[in-house]
Amino acid sequence: MSAQLTARDYTTSQEVRWCPGCGDYAILKTMTRFLADVGAEREKTVFISGIGCSSRFPYYVETYGFHTIHGRAPAVATGLKLANPELDIWVVTGDGDGLSIGANHLLHALRRNISLKILLFNNEIYGLTKGQYSPTSRIGTKSPSSPGGSFDAPVSPGLYALGSGARFIARAIDVDRNGLAGVLDAAHRYEGGAFVEIFQNCIVYNEDVFDSFAGREHAAERQVHVRHGEPLVFGAGNSKGLRFDTATMALEVIDANERADEVLVHDETNATLAQLLLAMEAPAMPVALGVVYRVEDETFESAFYDNHPTRFKRTGTVADALRNTNTWTVT
Amino acid sequence: MSAQHQELHEPSVVVRFAGDSGDGVQLMGTQFVSATALAGSDFATFPDYPAEIRAPAGTTFGVSAYQINLGAGPITTAGDKPQMLVAFNPAALKVSLPLIADGAAIIVNTTSFTKRGLSKAGYDEDPRSDGSLDGYQLIEVDITRLTLETVKPFGLSKSDAGRCKNFWALGLVQWMFGLSLAAIEQWINTKFARKELVREANLAALRAGNAYGETAALAAAVPQLDVHKARFEPGEYRGVRGGEALALGLAAAGELADRPIVFCSYPITPASPLLHQLARLGKLGVGVFQAEDEIAAVCAAIGASFGGAIGVTSSSGPGIALKTEAIGLAINTELPLLIIDSQRGGPSTGLPTKTEQSDLYQAVYGRNADAPLPVVAARSPSDCFDVAIEAARIALRHMTPVFVLTDGYLANAAEPWLIPDMSVYEPIEVNKLASKPADDVQTAVFERDPKTFGRPWVSPGTPELMHRIGGLEKDIQTGHISYEADNHQAMSQLRADKVLSVANFIPDQDVAVGPAEGAVAVVGWGSTYGALYQAVRRVARLNDRVSHIHIRHINPFPRNLGDLLGRFERIVVPEMNMGQLSTLLRDKLGVQVVPFNKVTGQPFLIQEVVDFVLAQLADVTGEESRPRIVPGEPG
Repeated sequence: MSAQLTARDYTTSQEVRWCPGCGDYAILKTMTRFLADVGAEREKTVFISGIGCSSRFPYYVETYGFHTIHGRAPAVATGLKLANPELDIWVVTGDGDGLSIGANHLLHALRRNISLKILLFNNEIYGLTKGQYSPTSRIGTKSPSSPGGSFDAPVSPGLYALGSGARFIARAIDVDRNGLAGVLDAAHRYEGGAFVEIFQNCIVYNEDVFDSFAGREHAAERQVHVRHGEPLVFGAGNSKGLRFDTATMALEVIDANERADEVLVHDETNATLAQLLLAMEAPAMPVALGVVYRVEDETFESAFYDNHPTRFKRTGTVADALRNTNTWTVT
Repeated sequence: MSAQHQELHEPSVVVRFAGDSGDGVQLMGTQFVSATALAGSDFATFPDYPAEIRAPAGTTFGVSAYQINLGAGPITTAGDKPQMLVAFNPAALKVSLPLIADGAAIIVNTTSFTKRGLSKAGYDEDPRSDGSLDGYQLIEVDITRLTLETVKPFGLSKSDAGRCKNFWALGLVQWMFGLSLAAIEQWINTKFARKELVREANLAALRAGNAYGETAALAAAVPQLDVHKARFEPGEYRGVRGGEALALGLAAAGELADRPIVFCSYPITPASPLLHQLARLGKLGVGVFQAEDEIAAVCAAIGASFGGAIGVTSSSGPGIALKTEAIGLAINTELPLLIIDSQRGGPSTGLPTKTEQSDLYQAVYGRNADAPLPVVAARSPSDCFDVAIEAARIALRHMTPVFVLTDGYLANAAEPWLIPDMSVYEPIEVNKLASKPADDVQTAVFERDPKTFGRPWVSPGTPELMHRIGGLEKDIQTGHISYEADNHQAMSQLRADKVLSVANFIPDQDVAVGPAEGAVAVVGWGSTYGALYQAVRRVARLNDRVSHIHIRHINPFPRNLGDLLGRFERIVVPEMNMGQLSTLLRDKLGVQVVPFNKVTGQPFLIQEVVDFVLAQLADVTGEESRPRIVPGEPG
C-alpha cells in the first residue's frame, strides 16, 4: 500500500450536481472519508448505480463506476462480481430505483447473498422526475401525481430486505456522520450481501420528511442505536428501553431504569427481533438505527466458483471438446 | 427375395418417426442419425415436438416427431416429404399423413389402433380399413405387443417394458436400411451401465426388432432401402445440432480472445438448449448465470463485460424485447456484448416451439433512439459455430453489442460436421490501452481507434485507470458527461459510423448457387439456407439465370451487396416472416424486391420455393420453364 490516501483522493473532478442542501452531499462526504479511513484500494472499488438523484453518486467517487439504467444496478453488479469476485462493489440506489422498478433485482440479489454493498437512499419521493410520490411515500403524500394525496400503501425497505432473505440489514441517517460511517464500515467488513437504508432528506420535494425522528430535537427520544449484545435503550440518559410483550407479540417502550431486567438485549442474529425493530415507526416508537440484522452465510459468488467444475478456469480446449462425441473419419 | 421385395435406389430418403411425447421418438431419431452418419450418409434432421411437456397420451396435440433426410447429398434440409413414416399411434398417423409423400411406406404400431386409441386421435373410422391409406404402402406391425413379449424375461414393470418399443422399432428400421446395430448397442451399454435390467431389455428389444425384419416370411412385406454414401471431403466428422455448435462457438470465442465467457440467461423456449449446453462447458472457461428475469440476464452480461469477460445473453423474441433498454446501455457505454436471439413464432407468446424469422426488425431497428448495432445470422446448425466466433470478433474489435440471430429450427436441427481445425482461426484481439495516460484517464478510456471506432477495454481491478461509464451521453473527446447539442449530433454520427465500419472487416457477399448476374436472385438469410439452396439448384437445371444469395451480415450489409443485387433483373426474398429482410433491402439499398413470405411455424419446403421462383423466372424472362423435378432428390 502506498502513501495514505485522503478523502480528496477518492473525489473526482466532476462538478457535483445535486440541489444545494441535499442529503446526498453528506452521504458522499462520509463515504469518501470512510474510504480513505479504511484505505480502500481505488482500482478494486466499484460504485454501480441505477437512475435517480442518488444514482449520480458514481460520477463523484474516484474509483471505478457504472451509472446503469433504472432499477438494474444489482443485476449489473452481479455480473461484474461473478466476472471478478475480488472487487469491492457498492450499489447505490434509491426508493424508486430499488423498490419500484428494480425491486425484483433487489430481492434476488439479497436472497442470493451476493457480496454487494447495497445503499438505498430513501427520501420517500421521486426527486429527479420532479417530485412524484414513491413506493415509500406515506399515504396522503401530496405530489404532482397525487395532488389530493397519495393512497398507495408504502413498502418498508428494511422489512422488504428481511423478507427477501437479506443476511445483513442496517440503517443510518444521511447527516449522522458517525452513525453512517459505522454502518458503512460494518457493511464493508461483512462477507456477503449487505443492505443499508439511509434516510436521506430531499430538500426540494420532501423536506424534513424524517424530521419526526431524524431532527436534532427528536434524536434522543426517537432513535434507538442498536448494538449486538447491548440493551435496546434510548432517550435522555438511556432512560427508556424496549421490551417484548408476550401478550401482544409486540415491542413496547418501558422505563429502562425501573425495569432494567426486562429490557431486551439486541441479538443481531435474531430475524424475529429484526422484524420487530425494522417495523418500528416514529413517533409512536423509536426508529432502529445501526446494524439491525447480521448472520453469516455462504456467499453466492463463492458458491458459484465452488460449484463450477474448474472454479471458472479454462482447463480444456475447444479442439478436444469438439471431439467429445461420436466421430467418424472420411478418407 | 421375392418379387414383392422392393428396393428404392434414390440419392436420399426422408424418414419420419412420430408418436406420443413419452414414446422416445426423439431418442430413436438421434440414435438412427448416429448410425446413418457412421455408415457415411449425409443427413439433416428436424425434431418437431409439442409445446406441452407430456400432453395427454394418444392425442394429436401431444404428437412428437423427428424427421431425418439421409443419403448422398449434399443434404441441407430435413426434406420436404417423408417417404417413410413410423407412427406409434393413430394420432401420430393422423398428424403426419398430410406431410408425407404419395406412396410412402407407413409402419403403424397396430397395438395402439384400438377403438379408444382411434377415438382419442379423432378418427371415427379405422384409417387402415376406410381407404384413407390407399396409395401408401402400409406395414402393420404389432410393435408394443412384440416388445412386451421380448422383454418379458427381464421382469420390468409394464410401463418400463413398454418404453423399450422405440428400440424395438429402431431395430426394425436399422434392418430396413441395412445399418449396423453396433453403435446403438454401445450407446445403450453406456447409457444404462448401472441399470442392468433396463440395459438388457433395450438391447433385446433392439435385436428383436432387427430380427423381425430379417425373418424371411415377413421381410417380403417390409421394404429395404439403400442408403447412399455421401461424397464428403476427407476429415474427421461429427454430428452437431445448432444449439451445440453455438455453445461450442461461444466457448471458442472465449478461447480465441483468452477471456472467460459469462453467459447470463433466463429460461425460454426455444433458447434454453443453449443455456443447457453451456452449463456443461465449464472447462472451457464458461460460467453460466441463470438470472431472475430477462432484464437481469442482459444486465449481468453487461456487468461481466465491464469486468473484462465476454458477456453473453440469450433469449427468444419476447425476452429480447425486455432486454432492449439494457442493449442501449451497452451501445452507449461501448462495451462488448453478445445477444443471441433464438427466434420463434410471435407476437407475444405466439408459437413458442415453432420456428420463424420475425425478429429481424427487432434486431436491426428495435431500440429507443438511434441505437445501431451489428447483426449476424446463422444459416445452418454447423454455421452457428463460426457465427458465434464472428460475432465475438466484431463485438471486441468495435466495442459494441452484437446480435446473433438463430431460430428454433436451427437450434434443434442436426447435420454432419467436418470438425473445425482450431489452429486456423485467428486469435480475437482485445483493444488495450497502449500506455498509462499522461493526463485524464476518462479521456484515454474513450479514445477510439479511427478505423473501428472501438475504445480500449479497461476493467475494474486495473490499477491507475479508474474511470466512470454510464448511460448518459458523453463528450466525444473527453468521455465525461455532456449535454451539448453539437456533441450529441457528433456522438450519434459516431455510433452510426462505428456500425458501418464493420463492413470494412467482413467478407464480400458471395453467391451460394449460380452466377453473379442473371434474371432472378433468390436472397435469403438465416435458417432458410438449406431450402433455398436446394430449390435454386433445382431451378438452375432448367434455367441457369437464377442464383441464390444468402446473407450472413444483416447489419451492416457487405459493401458489395447493392452492386451484386443490381446485376439481377429481379430479387426474390423468401422469408419466414411478413417481409422483414425485404424492408431492410429497400431501406438500406433502395432496391425493389418481391417478397415470398411463410409464417406457418414450419420451415420452407423446397418444392414451394421452386414453384415460386419458377413463376418469377417465367415472369422476368417471358418463357416457361417446365418443372421436371425428380422425386427423392436430395433435400
